[in-house]
Amino acid sequence: MTTECDVLIQGGGGAGCSAALHLAQRRARVVLLERGLVGGQASGVNYGGVRQQGRHPAELPIARRSREIWGRLKGLVGTDAEFTVTGHLKLARDEREEADLVAYLDIAKEHGLPLRMVGRNAIHREYPWLGPKVLAGSFAPEDGAANPRLLAPALANAARAAGAVIREHAEVVAHHHDGARFTLRTKSGEAFSAPLLLNMSGYWGGAVAAAFGEPVPVAPLAPNMMVTEPVRYFIEPNIGVVGGNVYLRQIPRGNIILGGGHAECDPSLPWTRPLPEVTMEAMQLAVELVPALAGTQVIRSWSGIDGQMPDRIPVIGPSGTTPGLFHAFGFSGHGFQLGPAIGAIMAELVLDGRTDVPLEPFRIGRFTSGSG
Amino acid sequence: MRVVVVGAGPAGVRAAEKLVAAGLSPIWVDEAPDGGGRIYQRPPPGLERDARTLYGFEAKRAEALHATLDALKPRSEWRPETFVWHIRPGARELHVLHRGRQERISYDAAILCTGAMDRVIPVRGWTLPGVTTLGAAQIALKAQGCGIGRRVVFLGTGPLLWLVAYQYAKAGADVAAVLDTTSFATKVAAVPGLLRGGATFAKGLYFIAWLRRRGIRIAEGITPLEIQGDANGITAVTWRDAAGRDCREVCDAVGIGWGLRPEAQLADLAGVPFRHDRLQQNWVPVRDGAGRTPVAGIYLAGDGAGIGGAEVAELAGTRAALALLEDAGHRVDAAEAARLEGRLAGQARFRAALERAFPFPAALARALADDVILCRCEGLRVGELRAAARADAATGPAPEMNRAKAFTRVGMGRCQGRVCGAAAAEVLAAELGCDVAEIGRLRGQPPVKPIPIPAAVNAP
Ligand SMILES: Cc1cc2nc3c(=O)[nH]c(=O)nc-3n(C[C@H](O)[C@H](O)[C@H](O)COP(=O)(O)OP(=O)(O)OC[C@H]3O[C@@H](n4cnc5c(N)ncnc54)[C@H](O)[C@@H]3O)c2cc1C
Repeated sequence: MTTECDVLIQGGGGAGCSAALHLAQRRARVVLLERGLVGGQASGVNYGGVRQQGRHPAELPIARRSREIWGRLKGLVGTDAEFTVTGHLKLARDEREEADLVAYLDIAKEHGLPLRMVGRNAIHREYPWLGPKVLAGSFAPEDGAANPRLLAPALANAARAAGAVIREHAEVVAHHHDGARFTLRTKSGEAFSAPLLLNMSGYWGGAVAAAFGEPVPVAPLAPNMMVTEPVRYFIEPNIGVVGGNVYLRQIPRGNIILGGGHAECDPSLPWTRPLPEVTMEAMQLAVELVPALAGTQVIRSWSGIDGQMPDRIPVIGPSGTTPGLFHAFGFSGHGFQLGPAIGAIMAELVLDGRTDVPLEPFRIGRFTSGSG
Repeated sequence: MRVVVVGAGPAGVRAAEKLVAAGLSPIWVDEAPDGGGRIYQRPPPGLERDARTLYGFEAKRAEALHATLDALKPRSEWRPETFVWHIRPGARELHVLHRGRQERISYDAAILCTGAMDRVIPVRGWTLPGVTTLGAAQIALKAQGCGIGRRVVFLGTGPLLWLVAYQYAKAGADVAAVLDTTSFATKVAAVPGLLRGGATFAKGLYFIAWLRRRGIRIAEGITPLEIQGDANGITAVTWRDAAGRDCREVCDAVGIGWGLRPEAQLADLAGVPFRHDRLQQNWVPVRDGAGRTPVAGIYLAGDGAGIGGAEVAELAGTRAALALLEDAGHRVDAAEAARLEGRLAGQARFRAALERAFPFPAALARALADDVILCRCEGLRVGELRAAARADAATGPAPEMNRAKAFTRVGMGRCQGRVCGAAAAEVLAAELGCDVAEIGRLRGQPPVKPIPIPAAVNAP
């Protein structure tokens, strides 16, 4: 027996679950198929940074729109997913990095992103716990962080309440398009059919694109993460650096979450495991930023898998080969913040055939030689 | 061939002994400064006492093990104070911390003899100062020569409950009461199987009889109610006795414990699959009778491979080393291997009876009140975990253990669920109306236990 609906979504990360919610809110009959549990992959295990500052200019309109949704998440899904507006402080450790921060001020201005340079004197006055390596910073007051473990499940739960069907433990193993309808078959032998298909499968979205004759150079990206025991709360802003080789934030209950470098992974299982040398290296970079971290105990490390594109921005938009197929995957390590807006945008794309956010830079054809 | 033995308790010592006898010089690491494991832990310099005082009936075994340990040190690469916090089974390397220094140890084969820790069920008031586990109470006595309080109540179940109470009373401590959640009838029912244990069983009976003779208050089949006190310490324990009466005993310290659970994080990180052992009510790593795991080059022995006690650990350590040697192409004495397996099988039958005599009281965990602290690291109460299992949460219900952890932070703190995990699983399973084996087990990640962030290399 085949289950029929208006829109099929493959992948229950933050992006897919948000799409299910936004489509269901507009009365589309939507079925989301998720291999494991919703938010079980990148969306549920990431660093939790809800950051706009530093993004590729093409991503800023989506990030701005997503930030607006983050602000009203509680009304939308019944929880704010612990979203806290702490500001994001991006640090420079040498002059070249400082120049980078200054250059970004113009980009931010162009997109209406509030951003304030914190100069060499002010930085140590305002944040006396920063180490001597820090030269300057830029502060984005609207940015912050959230609990990634809550976002996708809450979006899925709200989608369910709005009428969407969320199917967990439903791994799609075969895709078929007969010219008018898609039929997806799951590992357990169930079939689902719809005229529209959203490929929101994270790293694994590459395999779906390939199945429809448009392979893309997507690579697995597994950031190496760790968390400390709770200590006195003193690091208010979410902290990053130019170049991104280390980032850290503290939650009010005291734990410090920090990341840097990459873990080992096998996306076919999927499986990840932090690398010990990388963990130690990230600790070293972190303690250089915040010397008071020395001696704090790390209680756990972990990783997850995102899809990384060569130009570090995702694939978003209609398929180049198959009418009715839309992609949104390959968020290259920074799609947690974008997730809520991606769902809204995809709903507009499939129901209205258009959206206000410029998607040209994200088109799937950009990797094919000759397509410009 | 580089062979590593992790742990220098009964299993580790016997494994190392066999490897050395075969002409190998294994790398031998232990977190503690002096080996011996938890059971035969030695006091630090300056606090030495004679073996009889320290280990009682086990004095001979302890002395023999220490003698072997000390003789093996120069014949192996003995590395005390070395804590293995990560293993990469693919690359076959261990990552260790030694006095704050980070090191990597490559291996071709490794025998993990990582021991056990107390299994705990929360009781109202269990996070007050003055409450320790039975194991910790015993180590305080053995290693430091001090008790956990002046007037002590021991609460829980299992052989360790009675042993520790006996050791405390013998050392001159004021043991106010021994409260066993297992009824006398349950223990009696297990007697036929326990008789296989011979001396071990006799010792158990002796402790109980000895405590009774001293007039120490003993209650069996009880339900703990509360450990009373405040931030300054505890004042009393209350319980409901088998006849349904509320009882109270004044004390200033409580030792609690309901058997042991394997310290199997390294096996987990090594990729060894786990199974839920219904009898032990523990998740245990999968291995064969010789200690081989499905992961190439990884062998397990001792309590870390499933609770069996010290005698079993010694046998299993030898057996695992033989398996390793055999797999590496050494000629091994097949009769010896068979003999060991025979003895291990006999011990397993005794162990099964012991588990029946002192069953893990899952019902106790399942019946905990909503406001009792369940996960002390995260300050999470029982009711909060129950709520996560229900569909009315904004995130929807948590259908299994790791999801419940994701939603509530249960098992997400310093101990990573090693303390609260067993009880949390029962609470969640009860709320979901399913068997505890069905909700899975908490996923392991490095580090095995917390490791500190080092100071900046070029700190000013
Ligand atoms: C460790 C880490 C740290 C990060 N930190 C941040 C951060 O601080 N800020 C930020 O903005 N971003 C961060 N990111 C990136 C962010 O998490 C991802 O970009 C984002 O979550 C991707 O969402 P997604 O929905 O595309 O993918 P996913 O969350 O991976 O969801 C895709 C889903 O598709 C499912 N799926 C795949 N194949 C199939 C199939 N065949 N059938 C059914 N289902 C299938 C998967 O199971 C998965 O649940 C981080 C990522 C990681 C891994």
